[in-house]
Formats: sequence, C-alpha cells, structure tokens
Amino acid sequence: MTLPQARGFVSAMANAGTKNRPLSPHLQIWKWGPHMFVSILHRVTGDGMAFAGLAVLLWWLGALAGGPASYATFAWAMTTPIGYLVLVGISWAFFSHMASGIRHFFLDVGAGFELQANRLWSILCPVLGVVLTAAFWALLLLR
Amino acid sequence: MGNGTSIGRVRGLGSAKGGVHHWLLQRFTAIGNLISVLFLIVSLVLLPDYSYGTIVEWIARPVPAVMMILLVVTTFWHARLGLQVLVEDYLHDHANKFAAIAALNLAACGGIAFGVFCIVRIALGAHA
Repeated sequence: MTLPQARGFVSAMANAGTKNRPLSPHLQIWKWGPHMFVSILHRVTGDGMAFAGLAVLLWWLGALAGGPASYATFAWAMTTPIGYLVLVGISWAFFSHMASGIRHFFLDVGAGFELQANRLWSILCPVLGVVLTAAFWALLLLR
Repeated sequence: MGNGTSIGRVRGLGSAKGGVHHWLLQRFTAIGNLISVLFLIVSLVLLPDYSYGTIVEWIARPVPAVMMILLVVTTFWHARLGLQVLVEDYLHDHANKFAAIAALNLAACGGIAFGVFCIVRIALGAHA
C-alpha cells in the first residue's frame, strides 16, 4: 500500500520541471528588429492564408462546380468592397509569405546570417510583398 | 537520465527523430506552392475575363486542371503542417492539442477531397 504522501511525492516527481519553471524571455523583453517583424509576418500571413485563402479557394472551386448561378453568387460577393478587401488581403499575404519563404530557403543553406545582410533582407521581404501585390492588381485592373 | 527538469529528462536520448520529416515536407510543399500558385496567378493575369464560361473552359483543360488539383493538394498539405506548428506552440494542454490536431487533419483531408472533386467534376463536364 502506498501512503498518500508517497503518492503525492511520486506525482510531484513526474511533474517536476513542467510547472513554474523560468521561461525564456518573450517578445517584450528584446530590442525590436526587422528580423523579428518578418518572422512574425511569415507566421501571420501563412496562418491567415490557411484560413481565409483556402476558404476562398474552396468557395471558388465549389461555385464553379455548382454551375452559373452559384458562380454568380461568388462573383457578387468577391466584387463587393469587403470582397475586394479579402482578395487583396489574400494576395498580399501570398506575396509576403512567398518573399519571406524564399528568404527561409536562403537561411536554410546557411546564407544571409551576417548582420547587415540579414537586416537588409528582413526589410526587403515585406516591401517586396507589397510591391508584388500592387503590381499584380495593376496587371489585373489596368489591362 | 534525470527526472528533475524538462531538459534533464530528455538529455542523452538523442533527437526526437520525427522533426526532420516535418521540416522537410514543409520545404517540399513550399516548392509545390510556389510553382502551382504562380501558375494560377499568371493564368489569372492572362485570362481575358472572369466570366463563368471563360473560367470553366480554362480549368477544364488538362494542364490547368492537373495544376489546380496539385495546387489544392500542396497548399492544404503545407497549411496543415504550418497550423500544426501553431497548435504545438500555443496549445499547451494535451487534450486540447490532441483535439486541435485531430480537427486539423480532418479539415485538411476534407478540403483536399472537396477541392479535387470540384475540379474533376468541372474537367469531366459534369457541371451546370
């Protein structure tokens, strides 16, 4: 028979190190730099597209498969101001995520970790995302 | 192997073994996304208009149909891997984490199945 105190001790041993341990410093403690911004932007744009982007993609494909009437509903929704906001947002998320994703490929092979180069590309990736989004919509609307 | 701190209980056991597979698949599907989504973007720029007839005629052709099927598979797969990391980073309770990963797998498989079915249906002329 195990005494209650002994059971408590065993349980405490099993949980040791999982409760009330010091955590590594989080966002607010560091001096902000562009590399932190581009990292967070990569996650936000990626997870944003996982919900909004893929939902719109499936709605588009479903509306096409459903026939002209369901496609007309989709086309109406996507040409309202909110629809355009969603589409521009998704395209911006894609181009930003693409730029920072390609940056990740360079970092994966060990390039771009020098302070100057890392700072430069951390700033350029979000800028490139906005520029490519603007170029894409210019091509769509001005042709 | 100690049983005190978190690091003490895992030190000396080697790597988790499964992490590299997830990391590599995230890269492989990223390349798939790059190719297939850029194909869609260039196609959207080149299409004369976005009327029902134009889009259906385009997506029913063999190369666009296959590229769109691949796009659905690779983007949902990539999103599933990315959201898994989100769940692992922010859901610390084991039961919640299990439920979220289970829901994520169902949603990803369901999304792929629905998207692929729609494209096949259009491409084989069963729409409208």
